Amino acid sequence: MSKPARKRLSLVALTGLTALTVAACGSDDAGSGGSGDASDDIAVAATDEACDVATVELPAGVHQFTVTNTGSKVTEFYVYADGDRVMGEVENIAPGVARELRVELPAGDYEATCKPGMVGDGIRSALTVTGESATLDEDATLAQAGTDYQRYVQSQTGALVEQTTAFVNAVKAGDVEGAKALFPVARTYWERIEPVAESFGDLDPIIDGREGDQAEGEDFTGFHRLEQALWATGDVSGMGGYADQLLTNVQEIATRADDVQLSPLQLANGAKGLLDEIATGKITGEEDRYSHTDLWDFRANLEGSEAAVQALRPYLEKTDPDLVGEIDERFTAAEAELEQHRAGDGWESYDQLTDEQLRGLSDSITALTESVSQVASVVAGK
Amino acid sequence: MSTDGLSRRRFFGLAGAGTAGVLAAGAAGGVIGRATAEEPAAAPAATDAVAFEGAHQAGIVTPAQDRLHFVAFDVITDDRAELVAMLQAWTAAARRMTAGKDAGEVGAVDGGQYDVPDDTGEALGLPASGLTLTVGFGPSLFSTADGVDRFGLASRRPEPLTDLPGFPGDAIDPAISGGDLCVQACANDPQVAVHAVRNLVRLGAGVVSVRWSQLGFGRTSSTSSAQATPRNLFGFKDGTDNLKAEAPTTLDQFVWVADGDPAADWLAGGSYVVTRRIRMRIEQWDTSTMAEQEATIGRTKKAGAPLGQSKEFDPVDFTEQVDGDVAIPPTSHVFLAHPTNSGTAILRRGYSFVDGSDGLGRLDAGLFFIAYQRDPETGFVQVQKNLRNDAMNEYIQHTSSAVFACPPGVRGDDDWWGRALFS
Repeated sequence: MSKPARKRLSLVALTGLTALTVAACGSDDAGSGGSGDASDDIAVAATDEACDVATVELPAGVHQFTVTNTGSKVTEFYVYADGDRVMGEVENIAPGVARELRVELPAGDYEATCKPGMVGDGIRSALTVTGESATLDEDATLAQAGTDYQRYVQSQTGALVEQTTAFVNAVKAGDVEGAKALFPVARTYWERIEPVAESFGDLDPIIDGREGDQAEGEDFTGFHRLEQALWATGDVSGMGGYADQLLTNVQEIATRADDVQLSPLQLANGAKGLLDEIATGKITGEEDRYSHTDLWDFRANLEGSEAAVQALRPYLEKTDPDLVGEIDERFTAAEAELEQHRAGDGWESYDQLTDEQLRGLSDSITALTESVSQVASVVAGK
Repeated sequence: MSTDGLSRRRFFGLAGAGTAGVLAAGAAGGVIGRATAEEPAAAPAATDAVAFEGAHQAGIVTPAQDRLHFVAFDVITDDRAELVAMLQAWTAAARRMTAGKDAGEVGAVDGGQYDVPDDTGEALGLPASGLTLTVGFGPSLFSTADGVDRFGLASRRPEPLTDLPGFPGDAIDPAISGGDLCVQACANDPQVAVHAVRNLVRLGAGVVSVRWSQLGFGRTSSTSSAQATPRNLFGFKDGTDNLKAEAPTTLDQFVWVADGDPAADWLAGGSYVVTRRIRMRIEQWDTSTMAEQEATIGRTKKAGAPLGQSKEFDPVDFTEQVDGDVAIPPTSHVFLAHPTNSGTAILRRGYSFVDGSDGLGRLDAGLFFIAYQRDPETGFVQVQKNLRNDAMNEYIQHTSSAVFACPPGVRGDDDWWGRALFS
């Protein structure tokens, strides 16, 4: 055993489940995924205080939930398995909007959860799934991973375009405070899928480059150019061109990402790469050097890494359940460490964190990275 | 190693790395311990391996190697089982690395293309280089500053294992002091020492976090009569009258915890290590006269002889007079620190360091002091209290402080660092 120090938990309760993950979709493409057709459409009435799920006892298989937000806050909807493992999620459901989630649920106990304001543990209710659904063999399970992750990426690029549009509009309207509030929100969707975005080497630098990274003669553009104007000078009067360019490039990313399907090895490397992003860019405060909103990006990188691991999860559970247990434990630990720094609907400013707090965050990511780095070896054999 | 039992030197042939050069287990009680001061054992070649197992941990009376990487850790889990598993993994890796092998069973370059290598690789092709890895447990492992007993060890804390008191002139930085665990890595090749620490740090991910670490580039003490006395950054020979491996009775008296000592329990055969990072004000030192320097130390700079004598190993005679004055000033370091006047003895094993510069145009240099003793109170603390009027204080400042209890040596394939403590 190459890492005998690790406490490897046995996932008795979860072994053998085929947990197809993260089938969050935009509002109009719920039927286009690769997990088979849903046989039903379960209404979820979400308000600021309630999360009423029309049917709470379901047969195993693919189900569609339609979440209608009649509250005053933006909400999210999750289906959690034991240990808050995300089976499916749909995000960014604005007041008055309905969104659909399609998710495959093997037999087991789940919790349907709405998160008005997108914070906290949310409003939860039990979902019981009975019966048997077809299970895939190892090869098919692995092949499914890329498809599942592709659907996750699509759910994120949809929200990325929406939130970047709102951000850009605020900049162009000269609404500095509004733009400041939207900046970390829009970046959340970017940071979650950075491995995909970075695969477009021409777009990544002009969307996400930092000041000083440009070659001679190149302009400083993108998110961080606008961040600099918002926080360093408070003057966005000359930023209209940069704002338009950012939105155009983000839309281009969204279009191109539709055709990206990552291999299992790319997913494994992407999951680790996102953790490296945290360690080298966020814990150091280098990413958002003007706004100090690094913990938003930290959180998004962490979620993106988890989503990539989740896509591989059905395969990993068949081939290395101990590793899955260890990764789960360490994702939970990292999230708990970060959770201490929640501030209202967002996160504490990077410059408010003490060295001791940063070290706690760093330690949790170091440990998680050691575990996630083992995934490549497990999937590479196939 | 891969599993063929060969060291990482296989790429370069086997010369010098065979087991013939391995020191006898438990050097103090073994071959070297039986040698007399007049007939010191031949020093091992710098490339040889030092035996990992023995009654005492290696790296204490082992002839001091040239390089140091010392690291202190905080334990970041509250799970005793995780800590135990890590100590077992550390022991296995230490056993391998001190024999000149890779840290993991697969090795730095023998795994699959998509495996993460279980050794970091920078020691490939390097011999064992006398690597020793010595582990210690700090007071905070047994209970935290606010009294929390994280691992059910509070009742096993040896009474002498407490944070050191403050001393006049201290400028202790808590960030580079203390720690729950320590590992002292010594080797004759700095890359071998750093490699060992780096791989132990990796194995500890999620269980421990590096609190502070210190590199030392040159030994400042001899721990064997077979070694020449080195010079520290003051330019003086240091450790002439150190406790030596060739004097096992003295070691038993001053270094090793014995059955029957306070709370010896799991620590019998072990020792306490005190570390102090001592910044030297070398710019002030370097502009002082030879007379001032020699009077401060109490020895001649050239030969290292006690003042009033001519050769290094001439006996220190505090009654010797020169021109009507005592030859060795009562405020000199030798006068105050010598066992004759401090009433005790410690085994010093320090290293010179230069940690870059201080931003004021000066080198951040000094001596990383390491001392092993049977009880810190009657060892380092007693000596240090006697140094209150040491003329050397004008030229030094202590900037870190730590104390750890180092368990006895590992014996047998199933043994591991701390087994007696955690069993």
